[in-house]
Amino acid sequence: MTRALKYLALLGYLVFLAFPLLWLLSTALKTPQEMAALDPTWIPRRPTLANFADAFAEQDLVGAGLRSLVVAVATALITVALALPAAYALARFRGVAGKIAIGWVLVSQVFPVVLIIIPLFMVLRRMELVNTLAGLTVVHVTFVMPFALWMLRGYVRAVPRELEEAAAVDGAGRLRALAAVVAPLLAPGVVATLLFSFISSWNEFMFALVILKDPGVETLPLTLVRFVGPEGVARLGPLAAASLLATVPSLVFFATIQRRLRSGLMAGAVKG
Amino acid sequence: MKRLSAALAVAAVALAAGCGSGGGDGGGDAASGEPVKLRFLSLAWQKESIEANKQIVADWNTANPKIQVEYVQGSWDNVNDQLVTSFEAGDPPDVIHDDSPALSSFASRGFLLDLTGKIPAELNGDIPQAAWDTVTFSDGKSGQGVYGVPFLQESQVLIANKKLLDGAGVRVPTPDSPWTWDEFADAAGKLTKKGAYGVAWPMKSPVNKVLNLALNFGGTFFDTQGGKTTVKVGPQEREVLQRIHDQLYTDRSADPSALGMGTADPLPGFFAGKYAIVPAGVYLRQQVAEQAPSGFEWVTLPPLKGQTSQQGAVSQTLSVAADSKHPDEALKFIAYFLNGPNQAKLAKGDWLLPTSTTAAKDPALTTKENGWDVATASAKDLVVAPFLKVNGFDEWKSKVATPAMQEYFADKISLDELAKRLVEDGNKVLERYSR
Repeated sequence: MTRALKYLALLGYLVFLAFPLLWLLSTALKTPQEMAALDPTWIPRRPTLANFADAFAEQDLVGAGLRSLVVAVATALITVALALPAAYALARFRGVAGKIAIGWVLVSQVFPVVLIIIPLFMVLRRMELVNTLAGLTVVHVTFVMPFALWMLRGYVRAVPRELEEAAAVDGAGRLRALAAVVAPLLAPGVVATLLFSFISSWNEFMFALVILKDPGVETLPLTLVRFVGPEGVARLGPLAAASLLATVPSLVFFATIQRRLRSGLMAGAVKG
Repeated sequence: MKRLSAALAVAAVALAAGCGSGGGDGGGDAASGEPVKLRFLSLAWQKESIEANKQIVADWNTANPKIQVEYVQGSWDNVNDQLVTSFEAGDPPDVIHDDSPALSSFASRGFLLDLTGKIPAELNGDIPQAAWDTVTFSDGKSGQGVYGVPFLQESQVLIANKKLLDGAGVRVPTPDSPWTWDEFADAAGKLTKKGAYGVAWPMKSPVNKVLNLALNFGGTFFDTQGGKTTVKVGPQEREVLQRIHDQLYTDRSADPSALGMGTADPLPGFFAGKYAIVPAGVYLRQQVAEQAPSGFEWVTLPPLKGQTSQQGAVSQTLSVAADSKHPDEALKFIAYFLNGPNQAKLAKGDWLLPTSTTAAKDPALTTKENGWDVATASAKDLVVAPFLKVNGFDEWKSKVATPAMQEYFADKISLDELAKRLVEDGNKVLERYSR
């Protein structure tokens, strides 16, 4: 009985999660007439691909998608590459400097984006990074980093220090212990951080709006907003079609690496 | 978004005070023989409008190899945030599409080029003074300047279900003989049947709609004397408010459940025969034409008449950035982009009204199809919206007028209470801007 209830709750949750995506799919396949029907339908009566055709014809969705992909993958990889050693250091070496550093990282999160966006733009311009994907990647890395650091620090702290000591007793140096013992245990944390960084960068709009100026370098969020007019009136069909396509890379990325997102690796690692 | 713009503006001012000029980015100066490059930020978003914009730019580029224009598409949703940062950083687009309410603050901060005396006579004469008034603002010192070329405007019309109108036997108004507000109330009453209402007033954003329509009875809502602006809500301002309220709660010919809707939201109910008339800006005809079920007959009815048919209007505009390195070329491009034939294409693409008197005669804008004849004829009654020149209007609108009007239309407060709030709370807001 409890099992059945659990499954029911799980099913409810799944429906809750899937609803927006399914509605998006349904809208993307509807004609304008059907979208304006007083009684909405789940399954389009006359499914059409015209919205996709319009979206592709009017905006460079493929180009923008590829550029978004480059920025998001680069952001995710660079963020993890930088945050991982930093998180290890902050978790393991607990001195005053570490506390100040972690506090400072937290404080950096409280500044609203609007406060820093213009100075940031000027810094980037001096470095000739305005209007470049490299510039946007640098900014995304900077802004994803604090949270990534906190996330990874938590994962590192969850790995018992005793495991490293045991490795040392067995004759492994610090690097060997890190590579052979700690790194595999951190895999779920790294995957979670990769996902977080990727999705943050993939969806990011405001920095892209300010930093990227030419149509040839624009990322996907900038092209999606083109289907929205004044007073919130939107061209729902093409917008839904383009948005649906924009969710695909995130889903693929997630599906590819989610198997690594498992816990319980350390169950029973340390006794007593 | 407005709040974000304001925050950006504050950040920008603070920063400018702190670190001086940004200067140019050093690229792109045209040496002799090299083509000048202009960046044109366009906000076109309708399919036909984007096509028209791109076509006009392509034609220009072919005819002017020495002045090449790059078409950059922006978005209404965030254009002012985008512009604040690029103005402040000294790297704005050369030619900027926006609307007149946004120009005022950009102009007073010196971000836009004053076009006074620079506009070619032909373009100047083709656009009526009432439209130029929508782009004439203080230069932030003591003078006035013209900070854009107005090109598209919107009037409020009524979109009606033809079959229901005929069935109720009401007179179909024409531009020469529009409905008065009394006739409108009468017609809405006749069109109200069981389960169907004569009219749906979508009042999610009621302020601009009410203020623009209030001019029908001479209601301006603002009074400027000796350089000081105050809010006024007298009998003239109360007329439209009272009449809409009466339709909702006295005649019961308007559906109260439509009040929370945005402009396009009543359309499903309109198509299903639940509402016979939807008051809307002329651009909504595009959505009606696109979304109406086959066989659905609809008509565009001319603006209502009170003492006059006057309505307040703002304009979509093209401006030149003060930091543009090629202002003369930018102006040449604007003069071409907004000539009569081109304005006709742009107006058609966006389903709006051209300011160009030549464009207004274009057969595409005077045809009976999709109510173009009625829509285009309504342009003659547009005058500059009185609120356009009021410093602090945006804050008055969002903090005072919008919530108060929403409560009034929801029948939670009386008209007297609404007037009191608009005036007393409103004047406190405006006071801060006049210091």
